[in-house]
Amino acid sequence: MSKREEKIYSPDVGWKDITHGGTITTAGNAELFLTGDWRSMKPVWLKDKCKQCLMCYYVCPDTAILIDENGKRIDFNYNHCKGCGICYKVCPFKAIDFVNEI
Amino acid sequence: MGRIVEIRWHGRGGQGAKTASLLLADAAFDTGKYIQGFPEYGPERMGAPLTAYNRISDDKITIHSNIYEPDYVVVIDETLLEAVDVTVGLKEDGAIIINTTKSPDEVRPLLKGYKGKVCTIDARTISMETLGRYFPNTPMLGAVVKVSKVMDEETFLNSMIGSFKHKFASKPEVIEGNMKAIERAMQEVKGL
Amino acid sequence: MAIRERLSGNEAVAYAMKQINPDVVAAFPITPSTEIPQYFSAYVANGEVNTEFIPVESEHSAMSACIGAQAAGGRAMTATSANGLALMWEMLYIASGARLPIVMACVNRALSGPINIHNDHSDSMGARDSGWIQLYSESSQEAYDNMLMAHRIAEHPDVLLPVMVCQDGFITSHAIENIELLEDEKVKEFVGEYKPAHYLLNKENPIAIGPLDHFTHYFEHKRQQAEAMRNAKKVILEVADEFYKLTGRKYGYFEEYKTDDAEVCIVVLNSTAGTAKFVVDKMREEGKKVGLVKPRVFRPFPAPEIAGALARFKAVAVMDKADSFNAAGGPLFTEITSAVLAHGATGPKFINYIYGLGGRDVKADDIEFIYNKLLEIAAPGKVDSIYNYIGVRE
Repeated sequence: MSKREEKIYSPDVGWKDITHGGTITTAGNAELFLTGDWRSMKPVWLKDKCKQCLMCYYVCPDTAILIDENGKRIDFNYNHCKGCGICYKVCPFKAIDFVNEI
Repeated sequence: MGRIVEIRWHGRGGQGAKTASLLLADAAFDTGKYIQGFPEYGPERMGAPLTAYNRISDDKITIHSNIYEPDYVVVIDETLLEAVDVTVGLKEDGAIIINTTKSPDEVRPLLKGYKGKVCTIDARTISMETLGRYFPNTPMLGAVVKVSKVMDEETFLNSMIGSFKHKFASKPEVIEGNMKAIERAMQEVKGL
Repeated sequence: MAIRERLSGNEAVAYAMKQINPDVVAAFPITPSTEIPQYFSAYVANGEVNTEFIPVESEHSAMSACIGAQAAGGRAMTATSANGLALMWEMLYIASGARLPIVMACVNRALSGPINIHNDHSDSMGARDSGWIQLYSESSQEAYDNMLMAHRIAEHPDVLLPVMVCQDGFITSHAIENIELLEDEKVKEFVGEYKPAHYLLNKENPIAIGPLDHFTHYFEHKRQQAEAMRNAKKVILEVADEFYKLTGRKYGYFEEYKTDDAEVCIVVLNSTAGTAKFVVDKMREEGKKVGLVKPRVFRPFPAPEIAGALARFKAVAVMDKADSFNAAGGPLFTEITSAVLAHGATGPKFINYIYGLGGRDVKADDIEFIYNKLLEIAAPGKVDSIYNYIGVRE
């Protein structure tokens, strides 16, 4: 993201610089919005039990579960995981634990 | 400011009063005039009385109201003489042109004391004989131009040929009948 | 050379749309604007334009389709009247709020109820704060000209707001009148191509339009939208100037007719201004110093300019073809008097006449009556009643 774009999307942007009608002209910038601190419970990936069925990947409403170039899921991205627990609910192999954040 | 000639048409829904006013506007436009042609829209149904208007002038026309003191009134259906006060506001130095088989003297008593010129034309007979069907507005158009002298007759006839050629491009055989209807109306209108 | 023609207001607008050849027209028929999509769909069927014509199932959908089409990167147009415009209401705000330069022909008709198909301005006056630019037209010529200028104003990068071109239903929409048309190539060149900076179908630069806008940013977007409306004032004059060079027809925020030495003045929109000109000419022949101001641009409202123009008269009557039902005066009246007060003009006395609701015909005599009333006030007399009606049965 360019310096100008950073300014346009900063929380304190003024009316002269903001985009027309709220149009978002930089695709994929949700990555910049860190929602990890919304979490009170957190999922824990138990790698040994994981069969890489990727059910968790499809149900994650955010981008907290990503897959690598080999098509395998990797560990949670806690910057974006809101702690909703859906992955924990759907995992058929009990390969995800769900614990208190602190 | 040039004089504006104002014409009011009385007809019944489906008889072509609106079309006649638009055709007259077209013809006057072709002779280089400034024109307006507009109907008064109401709850339109077949047979309901309706009014249409024309303004014709050598200068630009800006007024956009209905016409209350017309120079000429055209009555396409003589049964309207009883239903509608057709001469209201009509100028005494103007004229009323009525589609009827009667003579001007015979219809004058129906006109609520109007003292100006009364002209009559048997548009039904002309239409039936030239077109084979009842289209009164075509002969009425000829009668209006003859009585009002609002435009040069020859230019008017040329303009009508042009617009009929355009309108009846797919059935050119009816053009001659339509022109005949106009010409006969111009010759046969009574009370000039 | 201009093309001399005779067209009704609806024909003129449809013809302008044909010459503009937009990407999308989405419309739902409603009297008296029905003929516009009717004629235009014939152009589409005959292959005279390459527009995608969308016959939608309601006006709400018509505006929604226009919003989608314009956001996608196309030029979208529509036409409507009265309750059709009312049904578009929430989408009007979305179009302007998303800064989509859609162009609409609004053929003014009274809003129900009771149901009425004839002309007044209650429809567009109701939409006056929807963020749309509003241009008003006295004749089919002005409706045509305003349509040709609309895209240039709407699409200007400093503006990016939708434009509504208004004319009087039936009175001009269904009356044939003399008109001068421009050649197709000249229109094409004048209107130009629509080149949005961002649009949804641009795969090189994917964007999102219409996101949730919280209290953290909504106010800034509205402030920016308000600025666009201010910017439109400059752009409207620039486009009018270019149009004048092309056609010789002059347009501004408002037209002044025989105001130079006038003592009293009527302010009125659309076709009634033409009738007022006729009355001004007649009264001038009788030596009466009467004049006319006809606003063309109602949104943005040219407040300082119109206040300046009216400051020198002794008495002014503002005629409104819509009532505000506010117990204070019609929309044009309240707008003008507040502009005059805010910009410090203290000279003229102002009165308001509500006229012509539901298509009640406005006679030359009605206008002459108002001018005579103004001359009495200017005599100098006093204003006995500010908020008045003309043409209604007592």
